[in-house]
Amino acid sequence: MSDRGHLKKTAHLAEVPASWESGPRGARPRRLLSTRTIVVYGTLFVAAAYYLLPLYVMIVTSLKGMPEIRLGNIFSPPLEITFEPWVKAWSSACTGLNCDGLSRGFWNSVMITVPSTAISIAIASINGYALSNWRFKGADIFFTILIVGAFIPYQVMLYPIVIVLREIGLYGSLSGLVIVHTIFGMPILTLLFRNYFAGLPEELFKAARVDGAGFWGIYLKIMVPMSLPIFVVAMILQVTGIWNDFLFGVVFTRPEYYPMTVQLNNIVNSVQGVKEYNVNMAATILTGAVPLLVYFVSGRLFVRGIAAGAVKG
Amino acid sequence: MTSVSVKDLRLSFGQVTVLDQLNLDIQEGEFLVLLGSSGCGKSTLLNCIAGLLDITDGQIFINGRNVTWDEPKDRGIGMVFQSYALYPQMTVEKNLSFGLKVAKMPQGEIDKRVARAAEILQIGPLLKRKPSELSGGQRQRVAIGRALVRDVDVFLFDEPLSNLDAKLRSELRVEIKRLHQSLKNTMIYVTHDQIEALTLADRIAIMKGGVIQQLADPNTIYNAPKNMFVAGFIGSPSMNFLRGEIAADAAGRPAVVAGGVTFSLDGYHAGETLVPGRKVVLGVRPEHVKVDEPGGTGEVHEATVDIEEPMGADNLLWLKHAGHTMAVRTAGSRRFSPGTRVRLTFDMTLASLFDAESEERI
Amino acid sequence: MTGQATDRTTVPRRSGRPNRLTRNLSAKIASIPMMLTAVVIFLGGTLWTVLYSFTSSKLLPRLRFVGLDQYERLWAAPRWLVSIENLAIYGIFSLIFSMVIGFVLAALMDQKIRFENTFRTVFLYPFALSFIVTGLVWQWLLNPEHGIQSVVRAMGWAGFSFDPLYDSGIVIYGILIAALWQGTGLVMCLMLAGLRGIDEDIWKAARVDGIPMWKTYLFVVIPMMRPVFVTTLVIIASGIVRVYDLVVAQTSGGPGIASEVPAKYVYDYMFQAQNLGQGFAASTMMLITVAIIIVPWAYLEFGGGRKRV
Repeated sequence: MSDRGHLKKTAHLAEVPASWESGPRGARPRRLLSTRTIVVYGTLFVAAAYYLLPLYVMIVTSLKGMPEIRLGNIFSPPLEITFEPWVKAWSSACTGLNCDGLSRGFWNSVMITVPSTAISIAIASINGYALSNWRFKGADIFFTILIVGAFIPYQVMLYPIVIVLREIGLYGSLSGLVIVHTIFGMPILTLLFRNYFAGLPEELFKAARVDGAGFWGIYLKIMVPMSLPIFVVAMILQVTGIWNDFLFGVVFTRPEYYPMTVQLNNIVNSVQGVKEYNVNMAATILTGAVPLLVYFVSGRLFVRGIAAGAVKG
Repeated sequence: MTSVSVKDLRLSFGQVTVLDQLNLDIQEGEFLVLLGSSGCGKSTLLNCIAGLLDITDGQIFINGRNVTWDEPKDRGIGMVFQSYALYPQMTVEKNLSFGLKVAKMPQGEIDKRVARAAEILQIGPLLKRKPSELSGGQRQRVAIGRALVRDVDVFLFDEPLSNLDAKLRSELRVEIKRLHQSLKNTMIYVTHDQIEALTLADRIAIMKGGVIQQLADPNTIYNAPKNMFVAGFIGSPSMNFLRGEIAADAAGRPAVVAGGVTFSLDGYHAGETLVPGRKVVLGVRPEHVKVDEPGGTGEVHEATVDIEEPMGADNLLWLKHAGHTMAVRTAGSRRFSPGTRVRLTFDMTLASLFDAESEERI
Repeated sequence: MTGQATDRTTVPRRSGRPNRLTRNLSAKIASIPMMLTAVVIFLGGTLWTVLYSFTSSKLLPRLRFVGLDQYERLWAAPRWLVSIENLAIYGIFSLIFSMVIGFVLAALMDQKIRFENTFRTVFLYPFALSFIVTGLVWQWLLNPEHGIQSVVRAMGWAGFSFDPLYDSGIVIYGILIAALWQGTGLVMCLMLAGLRGIDEDIWKAARVDGIPMWKTYLFVVIPMMRPVFVTTLVIIASGIVRVYDLVVAQTSGGPGIASEVPAKYVYDYMFQAQNLGQGFAASTMMLITVAIIIVPWAYLEFGGGRKRV
């Protein structure tokens, strides 16, 4: 770009020798590599390397055989690519309890994540809708408790929930964990939906009421169809959050229902047997794959979701 | 002497050219208004002059100095922004002096300049306050003050009044005009408000699609618009446009026939010969039509009052006339009920005639 | 006209105003899960835990009050003291570093650079990963026999020592590195959003005034971003207090008890050591820590009747 500017300038000078036109003309010349550019891109690339390195090491380690890992360094690409570790991680790696790999944890996580996401979003969106369009006396008090509650460390509420779940006979079951995820997802999701619905033009709501639609009619026929983006954001938030959960999985389920993260930790940190780093890394990638996939597919919406959900910690 | 001069300016972003072959000379002490609707390139042009946008080709001179490659701070300009752009955490005084401090000016001189600016703009009592504690009008005064302390020859205004309500806007408008009269600086002022343009400007440059449509004093712009865009943009309500063609009237003089009615062009100064049959558009401003009054240059036309809009000082009539709807301004004291038949006479010396195809003034 | 208006307001009142409870009934029914969660779990659960922290509960919660016994025992336990110290070190450094790194990256990203989206994707992807995954990756990278230490030694720097996970003096910094890797992308995103929210005219005004870029950042932009900084601070801080999974995955609290943290103390005493009273007391301490962070912020942000400047 600056080159073209220069060419133009000289050509013009040759044609019009008028003295007052002889000064700077056209685009300001810019050196391709100014100090500023070097500093900016240099820093960014170094930072990018720091962020990418672990992913790279995970992948190359998972593709190496154990002898190669013991001899070589963790950064060198595999001399001989093997998918053995991946197969083992998925189907036959041992935790302290069993040896059927991560696959069990994967399906447990699916069975936890799908209903938890659906139910928590359904309840929170209705909360948000009631709070923004059908305010009743006292509603804001509950909402305030909810939002303050988002900051309370989970540890404070763990045992009371254990008691409640035990009372209703759901402690240790998948449904119990679904309820826990619904509870702890509620503050941030309710806030998200309340703010979104409050931003929709109030005239629409009024018009629908004049047309005779009631609480559920307006919610299902007007609000939900208008709010698909925020539902997607909420879904991203919940799927990654619930998939990545460890604490609730450990506390509220029996070992046969352990989600993938717990299973992974048990495989990698199991004290029995020889450490198989390649299998461990393959297992780690497998566990991270679902949220990563969500992240890469959703892009900008993910950023919006985490910005909203950051409060969740 | 020329104060600001833009020569063959071109600005492109990648493949998109926003401004092309733009030339503009502004005299010292002149108040030039860049007028146009949003997206016409007026703010872009101002940012180029300020050096906030790097131009692609061409040159910019300020006070005879080639500043094409200069940083904004070295161009000898001060700038006032639409959103005021005051530094929110600094007091008014700090806002005014920040640039001078960074330029390492001696404190005595800074104080002197701040005091002078505060006096001119009557913001002395506000100096210790934060921008958030000021009203919109006060904020904009401070923003002007920030340009003032720089003690520069050229002031750039980027829609400075657009964020204010109507009453404040007209007050500050007068104040800016007074400021210009006392300082006699060159001022370049971007706005989309035609009233601001007409009241403030020595010359107006009307822009559309990155091209200056007409550059002239407000009177010329108003009374002799160069094309239909300028004619339609300036004036409220808009100029009446009557589509028709050139013919000869009963006396054999050139006339326009539109909607079956003949408008004699007696008294109109056409820049070229009017060939009969040429498709034209006749433009008449609402105030250049007389209703039920003797006099006028041409023939008398019959029309029916459709709607009456009393506006206090004047009374706006929407008339049905030979298939057109026509706006006519009459004195506020005169009332007409809908359906009334009225007699119109047109003042052709103040009318405009455009070619129907090129839309240029004939 | 006037008569009609009075009629309209008085007649329904006389003919029985709709019942207070049944008004808006659907909305109330629909909000039952929210009310239950708020009152039973968040409010009730918290009060319950605080109450039982004054009891001698062991295997099962029992209302046998022992005053501040549990707290005295807690603050005498070496493991709790290590946990608190770790939390303080981890908290302070993670606040400083994630703010500085996050802001610098955001400022660099805001220089109208090319490949902005690629960089953003790279900086943020670790945030999509769980703490378990993060902990395990960095456990591997910091593995003394195969990881970074051995690679540097193999390059000829035989005396090089970087072994945080097996050195009780610096193990918490090993966890810090992993936490920064996972979380700074988010801080960058929040900061970038803050930078993008700054009026473009401010930058122009600073340029016309001839203020150098770094001074504009320092004296104009950062003070303007105060709300963003505060929000980010609260987010990071409340995350810090909760740190648990990362430690479990990366070190399991080791070597010895060198990398223990309060959240792990709570879990272990509640669900492993079957000493509920200690768990409740420890979790109440966590609650107090959070309150110390949140209450002043909430007061500044929402209360005090003063508008934010």
